[in-house]
Amino acid sequence: MRVLVCVKRVPAPGAKINVTGDGLAVDTTHLGFTTSPHEECALEEAVQIIEREGGEVVVLTLGPAEAEEQLRYAASVGGTGFVLIPNGGADWDPQRTASAIADAIRALEADGGEFDLIMFGNESADAGGFQVGVRVAHKLGRPIVNGIKGIEVTPEGFTAHRAIDTGVEVYKLPKPAVMGVKEGINLPRYPTMKGRLASRKAEIATMELNAPAGGQAMLKLHRPPEQPSTTEILGTGPEAAAAIVDLLDELGVL
Amino acid sequence: MSILLVVLEHDRGDLPVGSLEALTVGRDLAASMDASLEAVVVGDADLTAVAGEYGATAVHQVTNEMLADYGPDAWGEAVAQLVRSVAPAAVMAVGTDRGNEVMAQVAARLDLPFVANCLSVEAGDTWSMTRVQWGGSLLEDSTLTADTKLVSFAHHAIEAAPGGAASPTVKTFEADLDHSYTATMITDRVVLASGVTLSTAPVVVSGGRGVGSEDAFAPLEELAELLGGRVGCSRAVTNNGWRPHSDQVGQTGTRIAPEIYIACGISGAIQHWVGAMASKNILAINTDSDANMVTKAGYAVIADLHEVVPAISAEIRRRRGQ
Repeated sequence: MRVLVCVKRVPAPGAKINVTGDGLAVDTTHLGFTTSPHEECALEEAVQIIEREGGEVVVLTLGPAEAEEQLRYAASVGGTGFVLIPNGGADWDPQRTASAIADAIRALEADGGEFDLIMFGNESADAGGFQVGVRVAHKLGRPIVNGIKGIEVTPEGFTAHRAIDTGVEVYKLPKPAVMGVKEGINLPRYPTMKGRLASRKAEIATMELNAPAGGQAMLKLHRPPEQPSTTEILGTGPEAAAAIVDLLDELGVL
Repeated sequence: MSILLVVLEHDRGDLPVGSLEALTVGRDLAASMDASLEAVVVGDADLTAVAGEYGATAVHQVTNEMLADYGPDAWGEAVAQLVRSVAPAAVMAVGTDRGNEVMAQVAARLDLPFVANCLSVEAGDTWSMTRVQWGGSLLEDSTLTADTKLVSFAHHAIEAAPGGAASPTVKTFEADLDHSYTATMITDRVVLASGVTLSTAPVVVSGGRGVGSEDAFAPLEELAELLGGRVGCSRAVTNNGWRPHSDQVGQTGTRIAPEIYIACGISGAIQHWVGAMASKNILAINTDSDANMVTKAGYAVIADLHEVVPAISAEIRRRRGQ
């Protein structure tokens, strides 16, 4: 099985998220970076699939040169091939991103054969455009389903489970297929010491690609207006129960 | 007159509230564009009456035998064909997983830009919009330049409200779909939850790291049951394996909008907050009065959840004479 996982490097914010002075990016002065959560799970799923089926997991990212860090992390948890498409540091719009990734996939497949499965995160944690995977799949002429929280490899292709509010929708996809994966499909492993050491030697291929800008242009980022929140303290112990139940009654949920 | 198409997300005729939000937003947007508000219903579902109540003056019924159930490729292709035929000024949907998926499919097929999860839009030759990033922790001002504008509106950002009652003209559009689109049709469903779900429950009792263990969720379960609600949890809880991911409230879990959210032992990282912020009321129970969840909540109890939660259940039972 030949699997491709597309991942994005994103800041890892805690309780608060700030914007740089020019409003063009998240202020990462005091932040680390991570792989966008849905994609971290996509990578784990891909590694589990090749552990069962045999094969390779190529991990691709379009991002700043520093996204090498996320590719090395991928190497430490079981990725076998690594590709960086440098974007010069600033996010590209979804159309431009998808065009470059599709071009990269065509080149990788011309070289090493078709990917049986291409995985994206359902949406990136930061920009959340909800479309790059769908655009890439369409450019490659392959079926895609998003929101996937379960994958089984079958003789014909894949059975994919999509989580909805009341349960699961089941899809049966042929090979080759594309999926947008969601957190919850698995619990990603932590790197082992051996994995970490090996990841330092992982070879990262850089593909210089570009594509024309699309029709959406980001002007600036800003924080939502602070909701003037005054917190009414209902108590400091179990005796608060009476006041809480009064509140529930008032709200009509009792 | 130009046309604003609103694609109504539905599941075999069941219309989620998000679709009504889309019509509600669409009504104002259509007025600002001097456009007619027209609904798109994929498949045979009869949603004309409700579309009319929310102001749609026409319903485009997009039919094909393949559209009896949902499939992203088939829906995307069918709507893209309708867009080519009707040439609307804009197409919008609600920014749910399915809504965004269909819009992305339409955008890919028409090679048009698509701006997901807008909060507000100023129409014009070029549109200006504010959309959510980071699940709502940050806002992005963007412009959209395209012959046909494709957008979705963030779910839960507004309350759905009927208005502009109209008797829509039904226009049937037969989509031309070949067999290849069956690859992504739903083949089966597994129902895991019946009745209220996390995203529709009027009360969500949620636990974080402070709950301490899988077993310690029992009092939260009890309280949720007494209130006809559901139990939720934070990402830390899921990562510890205490609850299934389907219970997770947050940016990468479920986004909820209950009448009241009771957050027990949850610090309130932004990942979690954006999933809970559409709640109408929030009660935080936490020993740390500086926790983000406490300072953002309308109501708080600064105490140990292990003592407070059972006390609430006991008080409810006492008042009910149980």
